[in-house]
Amino acid sequence: MRDSEDMDFLRPMTWEDALAAKAAHPGALPVQGGTDVMVEINFDVRRPEALLDLNPVRELAEWDAVDGRLRVGAGVPYVRVIAELGDRLPGLAQASRTVGSPQIRNRGTVGGNLGAASPAGDSHPPLLAGGAEIEVESAARGVRMIPAADFYTGVKRNALEPDELVRAFWTRPAAGPQYFSKIGTRNAMVIAVCSFAIALHPGERRVGTGVGSAAPTPRRAAAAEEFLSAELDWEGRGPLPDSVARRFGDLVREAAAPIDDVRGTADYRRHALAVMARRTLAWAWNDHRAGTAGKEAS
Amino acid sequence: MAAPIKSPGRVSAPGDGGVGDSPLRPDGTLKVAGEFAYASDLWIDGMLWGATLRSPHPRARIVSVDVGPALAVPGVRAVLTHEDVPGRKLFGLDDPDQPVLAFGEVRHQGEPVALVAADHPETARRAMERIAVEYEVLEPVTDPRAVIADPEGLKVQDRGGIVRHQPVVVGDVAAAKRAAEVVVAGEYEVGIQDQAFLGPEAGLAIPAEGGGLDLYVSTQWMHQDVRQIAPCLGLDEEQIHMTLAGVGGAFGGREDLSMQIHAGMLALHTGRPVKMSYNRYESFFGHVHRHPAQMRYEYGAAADGTLLYADVEIVLDGGAYTSSTVNVTGNAASLGVGPYEIPNIRIDAYGVYTNNPPCGAMRGFGAVQACFAYESMMDRLADACDLSPVEVRRRNAVSQGSRLATGQVIEAPAPLAEMLTRLEAMPMPPALDTASGTADLRDLPGGASQTTHGEGVVRGVGYGVGIKNICFSEGFDDLSTARVRLEVIGGEPTALVHTAAAEVGQGLVTVEAQIARTELGVQKVVIAPADNRVGDAGSSSASRQSYMTGGAVKTACEAVRAELLALAGRRLGRAHGDLAVAGGKIVSRAGGVLASIEEVLGGDAIEETREYHHRPTAPMDPVTGQGRSHTQLALCVHRAVVDVDVDLGLVKVVELAAVQDVGRILNRLSLEGQIHGGSAQGLGLAVMEEIVVSGGLVRNPSFTDYLIPTILDMPPMRLDILENPDPEAPYGLRGAGEPPTLSSTPAIVAAIRDATGRALTRVPVRPEHIVA
Repeated sequence: MRDSEDMDFLRPMTWEDALAAKAAHPGALPVQGGTDVMVEINFDVRRPEALLDLNPVRELAEWDAVDGRLRVGAGVPYVRVIAELGDRLPGLAQASRTVGSPQIRNRGTVGGNLGAASPAGDSHPPLLAGGAEIEVESAARGVRMIPAADFYTGVKRNALEPDELVRAFWTRPAAGPQYFSKIGTRNAMVIAVCSFAIALHPGERRVGTGVGSAAPTPRRAAAAEEFLSAELDWEGRGPLPDSVARRFGDLVREAAAPIDDVRGTADYRRHALAVMARRTLAWAWNDHRAGTAGKEAS
Repeated sequence: MAAPIKSPGRVSAPGDGGVGDSPLRPDGTLKVAGEFAYASDLWIDGMLWGATLRSPHPRARIVSVDVGPALAVPGVRAVLTHEDVPGRKLFGLDDPDQPVLAFGEVRHQGEPVALVAADHPETARRAMERIAVEYEVLEPVTDPRAVIADPEGLKVQDRGGIVRHQPVVVGDVAAAKRAAEVVVAGEYEVGIQDQAFLGPEAGLAIPAEGGGLDLYVSTQWMHQDVRQIAPCLGLDEEQIHMTLAGVGGAFGGREDLSMQIHAGMLALHTGRPVKMSYNRYESFFGHVHRHPAQMRYEYGAAADGTLLYADVEIVLDGGAYTSSTVNVTGNAASLGVGPYEIPNIRIDAYGVYTNNPPCGAMRGFGAVQACFAYESMMDRLADACDLSPVEVRRRNAVSQGSRLATGQVIEAPAPLAEMLTRLEAMPMPPALDTASGTADLRDLPGGASQTTHGEGVVRGVGYGVGIKNICFSEGFDDLSTARVRLEVIGGEPTALVHTAAAEVGQGLVTVEAQIARTELGVQKVVIAPADNRVGDAGSSSASRQSYMTGGAVKTACEAVRAELLALAGRRLGRAHGDLAVAGGKIVSRAGGVLASIEEVLGGDAIEETREYHHRPTAPMDPVTGQGRSHTQLALCVHRAVVDVDVDLGLVKVVELAAVQDVGRILNRLSLEGQIHGGSAQGLGLAVMEEIVVSGGLVRNPSFTDYLIPTILDMPPMRLDILENPDPEAPYGLRGAGEPPTLSSTPAIVAAIRDATGRALTRVPVRPEHIVA
């Protein structure tokens, strides 16, 4: 039983005004695209005291290269991530390509995905694998940077304080191959049953991973990363031993804590993660050996 | 009161095509452009919005209902319960056993309990949440086999637990079991499929003078709606004027009532127009679904694959109310072993009441479930006899003159063996190129989600055959009526066609215009809005409208033409037996063109109304299942080619090929659309579509989790359409909408089995079934 009091609709035109509005209305729910929030509002799943529409805030829809890193505004839609950043962020672009339909990709944003913090959000695994940081800001305390791995705190919960908003995410352009893979039970327009992202960082001799829809939050497979970073023949670029790929898959599977639900069983999710981990690793390592940076999303 | 905004008007049929041509449909461009007026777009000034409070429990006793808090919400105009039903408290498509609003007990999740009318839909919804219902929750009955074992102990309704038990008995199964050289057996399950029409239930009820009602609704069978609505509202049928509003798909899901009586109650109570429009979530609870099935099959054969016996049990879960379970069970029984000659048969088909979601009509209507089982059995038999799937089917195939399990002789052509041969000879799609690494992700299992670059992908091929009855069966006289008026409008002879037949997206009005052009020799045809100011047209279901309403339009046109020629004979002073119409002219064999239609008609109009009936059918014998129960039988065969990622259990259907005998092609464009669409719906059942239920509760009532095929799931099709006419049917046609829905499902599952070696006895096939 919800109360029938009115819901405010706040529509700041600038970032400064947006922060001020959030400070004044800490219960306001930000809308950054609206492909998730508006569905929930329409079905009355939630009734926040106010909606804070960030779509008119133009600076959020921009991205830039700063000191060798990319700073991507929270309001850059998936369609632009694919078209404008696909060469530098191939893993994220591949994930963006799997989000909903063209209409949803025109409207939906990584910022919105971060705000919702659903374990099934498609952008989270590549952000984790790429070592992204989330730039959040409040009128009172200014900017702070939160590593993606610390950003997701529970099912549909994130590390934002009530007066904070997501300004952007920061990540390095891919220095090595990146891949994203997602299970759905149809061939398009499907929520992840589970998903996996891998990013090779050859300069640091390090592997990044992200596991989606297989735990209360998106998460890294830390033991798998550590194992693989040590095992790969970074210099010699030799072939990938089967045993290494298998062990990597096993460790990714062990990193997951999935549940049985209407979309799939926990057993299937664990199995599929291991398969996706092995396959994406093979693609990435082959690219590394061939000296290519990984596929752009088509 | 004036007609509401967005209610349908007369429509000029585009083009000038007659029977056999492919003129465009009048609603096509509007739908593609997003401008077609659906029932949910209806609007009239001063209207209220209705909302329905539904049971959250699959089974519970209603202890109390307090509507006071809802009535206190500003803007609320009425809150109604079963106590406010003006007439009979029960309704039903075939059998009135379903409460208009629940009283005493709720028997399924989503059962309507109370209604609200308010000035704004949001007000109505909020007020609805303030209705306080106290339930005593009861243990739901959810296992249909348990009900069969104990129909009195586990009855959901007072009438007992079993809706219908229909046996079919042919020959001597026990003796045949001793003689069989090869025996195969299997247990199969079909999950609950939803019609998933894109336009949810909606309509508008407007109080009319004299205490009656004007109803604008999206439905499949207006006259049957009115027959159910009137007694519940305490009205005579004549007091209800119903007009078909824009329908966004049906597939059987609109054959039962949804909001019609509810909106009528609110409108009569408030004296105001009331609109009701379900959202997608509510729609999943607002209509019946396809019956889930549990089936046990045992076949015996000679070593060469010739079938000797079938021993079959089919259990269909109808949910809490009868709906069309009686006839769905009859279909499953009469078509339970498909189009194969089997000398000894024992089938027990059961329709059962439970507290699971209510089930009723859906495209294929009982024949779909059995088809998955009997085709899976044919593949098992092929394996056991070391025959190809095509050969085992060909050896046992029916043909013209064969007897069905019911003893009914197939009198029209039924060239199943030839259809299989043609299907097998169709070219195969090219092999998947994974070696070059350039395969488009969208061509691979998993699509753009990039689960494979070719690893683990195995191709499979499978075949499926289906047989579907066309028109209503078992003694039902499902007539149709058409009124055709010919007059000169704007200097041009114009035919106005008026029926109560529901255009639900299948293209019926296009075919009606083609028939009128062919029979009357005119170009201009106008279609009147479908309403009940003309006689019953029967339901837009059972693949029957081209046959029945097409037949009615043809017959009415023939009567108009006879009048026209008689008039021409009188005016031209010639014996009318020599006259005919062609190209808008009155012609004679001897004299060629004599006059134009407009010259003959002048200011006169000719109007004729005709009823069309198919040949009578007979009931099935309650003990033996024997009887000439079907009007017409239609065959379709499918070949499916799939690529399966065997490590992940993901499926890409690469191609579907189909051969269907339609008797006569009326409109190839529409017909191909029907075959594509039916095949896609069968694909959905094969690999993704299921209402998942647990303890009587639906777990996925949304398009987020009830998945229907997208353009990346539905492959291109090869079609081979045969025209072996049925002499009993208008133009020799054979109903075409349902047969492809039957055979595509088993063909796809057979192809997945071919790729994976898995038994796969349940549809939809889920990834975990393949990798398990």
